Amino acid sequence: MIRRLCVVLALVACLGASSSAKSQPPPSTAQSEFEPATAPAPGDQMAAAPLVIAAYGFVWLATLFYVWTIRRRLSKVEADMRVLERRQTERR
Amino acid sequence: MKYVPALTVAVAVLFVSAPILVAMAPYESTMGLVQKIFYFHVPSWIAMYTAIYVNGAASALFLFRSRPAADRVGAASAELCVLFGAMGLVTGPLWGVKAWGHWWIWEPRLTMALLLWLVYISYLLVRRYGGPGSEKLAAAVGVFGTAVSPFVYVSVNLWRTIHPLNSVVPTLKSPFRPAFGISSLAFLALFGLLLALRVELGRRQAALDALYLADED
Repeated sequence: MIRRLCVVLALVACLGASSSAKSQPPPSTAQSEFEPATAPAPGDQMAAAPLVIAAYGFVWLATLFYVWTIRRRLSKVEADMRVLERRQTERR
Repeated sequence: MKYVPALTVAVAVLFVSAPILVAMAPYESTMGLVQKIFYFHVPSWIAMYTAIYVNGAASALFLFRSRPAADRVGAASAELCVLFGAMGLVTGPLWGVKAWGHWWIWEPRLTMALLLWLVYISYLLVRRYGGPGSEKLAAAVGVFGTAVSPFVYVSVNLWRTIHPLNSVVPTLKSPFRPAFGISSLAFLALFGLLLALRVELGRRQAALDALYLADED
């Protein structure tokens, strides 16, 4: 399991490094503050909408997945506790 | 667990009102619609940093005082570091591809944020596969993660970078503030709720382990 995980992490690191080496743009000036505007160009809005929806959707999916894992682990602990308590009662 | 119902209501109210305020917030002049990712990208990092400092305090307490409750809080907050860090690392490239034309750039802030996230992945891996005594080793990793986290924050000020500067948040113009404030509160409330649930899970797992030990005796 650990070996497989190490191989996957190494592959991800190699792929990331090679793709960045190919397409590293020169750094431009970083933005220091945001200026409000009335509305973006319609073309810009169409292109950006899927990205905003994907970002918002990922936040929800990640939260729901984590809550599901907690619920699954809690159910397992409670089931184990019931089995253990039943066993102890039977012994008495 | 007594705070969980109140926190659940708070999270629900905040997560319903935040998207409305985000939709009502003005567009940013240079980035347009895609800048709205800012309202959950930055709050996810705020929640991650809160998780980092909770983890650091709990890890230090467990390392030096060996308190089991501190270990449970440490394990719970490390999972939340990974969760909120993943949100930041996924929403950032979705913003970057439109703003910079690239999904990922190996510049100081992005690279250091990824490394910080990997520190907490390693915390969880050490706990899971480290064998007996790995809790102490993981706590040391947690203290290390907390110690290096300020460098990630100041990296945009120290090196030449394409990432927006830290001054964006303190100088945020008033039309952007309500959406950002409510989104940040929503993420912090979500952090509190998930931490309470995960700590309760840890408490029940510890009770189960105690029952198994009593059963063996």
